[in-house]
Amino acid sequence: MPRPVTPLELKGISKSFGGVVALQDVDFTLEPGEIHGLVGENGAGKSTLMKIIAGVHTEYDGTMCVAGKQVRHHSARSARAAGIGMVHQELSIIPELSVAENVMLGAQPTTRLGLIDWAAMTRKATDYLRELGIDVDPRATIGGLPLGLQQLVEIARVLSSGARIIILDEPTSALSPPEVEVLFGLLRRVRLGGRSIVFISHFLDDILRVSDRITIFRNGRRIETAAVAYVDKAWIIDRMIGAGHRALEESYLGEIALDSRPSAPVVLETQGITGPGFHDVSLQARAGEVLGIYGFMGSGQLELARALFGKTRLRAGQVILKGRPLLLRNTAQARRAGIAFLPESRRSMLFAQEPIYKNMSISILGRISRLWLRPAQERAIAAGHVKHLQIRPASVDRLLGTLSGGNQQKVALAKWLTHLPQVLVLSEPTRGMDVGAKDDVLTIVKDLRAKGIAVVVVSTEPETILSLADRILVMKRGTIVHEFAAETVSKDRLLAVA
Amino acid sequence: MTPSNAAVELTRKASRLLWLRSQLRNIAPFATLLALIALFSVASPSFTTWDNVANILRQVSVTGIIAAGLTFVILCGEIDLSVASVANAVGILVAFFTMQDSSVNIANMPLPGGLAIGLAILGSLALGAVTAFGVTVIGIPSFIMTLAMLQIGSGIGAMLVRGQIAYNVPGIIATLGAGSIGPVPWIVVVAAIVLLLGHIVLTYTVFGRTVYMVGGNREAAEYSGVNVRLVLAAVLLISAVCAGLAGMLGVAHFGSAQQDEFDNYLLDSISAVVVGGTSLFGGQGGIGNTIVGLLVLGVLNNGLDHVRIDSFLKILIRGMILLLALVINVYAQRLRASQTTA
Repeated sequence: MPRPVTPLELKGISKSFGGVVALQDVDFTLEPGEIHGLVGENGAGKSTLMKIIAGVHTEYDGTMCVAGKQVRHHSARSARAAGIGMVHQELSIIPELSVAENVMLGAQPTTRLGLIDWAAMTRKATDYLRELGIDVDPRATIGGLPLGLQQLVEIARVLSSGARIIILDEPTSALSPPEVEVLFGLLRRVRLGGRSIVFISHFLDDILRVSDRITIFRNGRRIETAAVAYVDKAWIIDRMIGAGHRALEESYLGEIALDSRPSAPVVLETQGITGPGFHDVSLQARAGEVLGIYGFMGSGQLELARALFGKTRLRAGQVILKGRPLLLRNTAQARRAGIAFLPESRRSMLFAQEPIYKNMSISILGRISRLWLRPAQERAIAAGHVKHLQIRPASVDRLLGTLSGGNQQKVALAKWLTHLPQVLVLSEPTRGMDVGAKDDVLTIVKDLRAKGIAVVVVSTEPETILSLADRILVMKRGTIVHEFAAETVSKDRLLAVA
Repeated sequence: MTPSNAAVELTRKASRLLWLRSQLRNIAPFATLLALIALFSVASPSFTTWDNVANILRQVSVTGIIAAGLTFVILCGEIDLSVASVANAVGILVAFFTMQDSSVNIANMPLPGGLAIGLAILGSLALGAVTAFGVTVIGIPSFIMTLAMLQIGSGIGAMLVRGQIAYNVPGIIATLGAGSIGPVPWIVVVAAIVLLLGHIVLTYTVFGRTVYMVGGNREAAEYSGVNVRLVLAAVLLISAVCAGLAGMLGVAHFGSAQQDEFDNYLLDSISAVVVGGTSLFGGQGGIGNTIVGLLVLGVLNNGLDHVRIDSFLKILIRGMILLLALVINVYAQRLRASQTTA
């Protein structure tokens, strides 16, 4: 009996985006019937590699062999034809269609007249789902099913298209523990059939439980590949963040002494609040303190932040501001109560086609005057912020859309600086900013803390949390799982509990 | 690093060009208006008389009152398809509360004039409130919700007159709708006041600014602590009240209150707002644009009569002008967007 061929082998893969090296001389091999875990920080190169394998990126150096034959995909379509399927974090199911239609999408059985053979489609899909052990009515509309089931159906579709290699990007981030169990059961059955799975995840516990081997990426290089049986979480984290280079990294990679102020009065308190994406969250934010809430993508912390500003409604629990229960039915109520918010995407907080001063004054118009606009006063206030925050270009009449990202972020912050709020909730305040702009924003936030504002910083970037927070809450699958207070903490400890 | 004078001059020229491009939405309709006036002045001597100018203004007045309210709605990025039908219903309502001649066979309820007007305005507010409730509380897209209200408005009007025609309206409405002070028709004065008020509210008040901001980026407005649903409810109410006022004056203007007499006014008022250059996506434009749009349509309609054109061709020409305006509208939007995201 011949030795089974290697399903996928990559040699010397390099890729750069406009001068920025994303992958450097990476070798990667996938064995038949294995589940291969892929870990690394954001930007370590693992997604880039998977996109090359799946035919999304077609320009790269190096060679790729699928089932022993050298290939070069020129599109995602040709990768699919070669038997490579990818399930992205954002599912690509069509919510309005039935489960059966989604499973057979693009491969619907037809009658001799070229019409869709509905009976055959339902039958095929049913057989297929049963074979994979997915218990779902094929006639149900998929949009109405729980996310976990939707994901299983999407995996079933990738399998039904004949994929021999399946790449899963963060498949467990939005799943509940029982759903994760079902997913793992499915993956193990798929593996028995000789197909190979690549499993990308930030959740090291999940990787350790289901994978056979693990590959660690850092700064565009493959650091190590090892059998999971011989490694543990600490070993992985060390290699992910580069223990040997710690001295070269910025100081926050070392131990940070948290400076909690248990004596300061509590400004904002939540009691067991539940909303879309998070549940049973109880927390306290104190005056003059930066409370950091850390979690991986999809852990519910961004949703929590939105709910604190009244953007989405709570299903249960209570928000208490300075001892008074708050009714948060809309964002205007939150603003009047003294809560300020900066969402994670700049596009959703700024008016690109309006000048700087209108962007800054929008949340204080009612304070300047109840009825008539006072543009002169608006401009004067804005000019003060522009000078103080060193916004470039220094003209309050410039259209906001012509500013750089960092300056736009400053304008968005300035919105809340004229009349200081009681609580400032910042969602991903430094995402996608260069180092200089990042520093400026951090300085502004520290300045606000010094003025006695309770600042809540929500982020998926450990560096941001570590460089700002006085106290850190860690969220996982929609709820708080750990608190760091009055102790020293480092990036690896933070990652270990998340 | 000191830029040379030539470079400074170049950037100044470039920025002027950019400014011109960003003003395309305002310049194009105005240029169209001037071109049409020039065209018809040359083509027909009877076009440029004072009588005809008054004519044009009178012809666009009812549309103007409706379009003033509609401008608020479109600036928010929404649409109100019920305006003409609300106008019709409210016009019939005010006649319903007025004593009619014995020859008019309607089961009406004669009331004092002031009360009749008050109830009619209340009626328009009620219709607007239903629309606002559907859009902001239930969450029905305004296009669909106001389509339903279009039917409901027609239904209310139909139920009240039952195929009959009423002629009498309260005295003050009759004066404002059909009378004139000196050479100027009252209805032109009312339309001017409504448009001016709309302009003042949109340009100089806090509420007006929030209308633009909600239209410019609804999510950002919400994240800035603006009560977006309240603003949407308010613009839909304003639109309904303007339509109601236009309905009452229109009935006096036409001299009768009957079913389906405002049918053309829906397309006319939307055309006026859009031809004037107010963005269908919201956030850009204003009453000034709407006035230019009204005049473009008014001059076009009136001018085509003066040059004795085939009346069927007239409809086609109007359609083509509207299409052209839409193309410019979308193009202007794209130009502006490309400048600010570069």
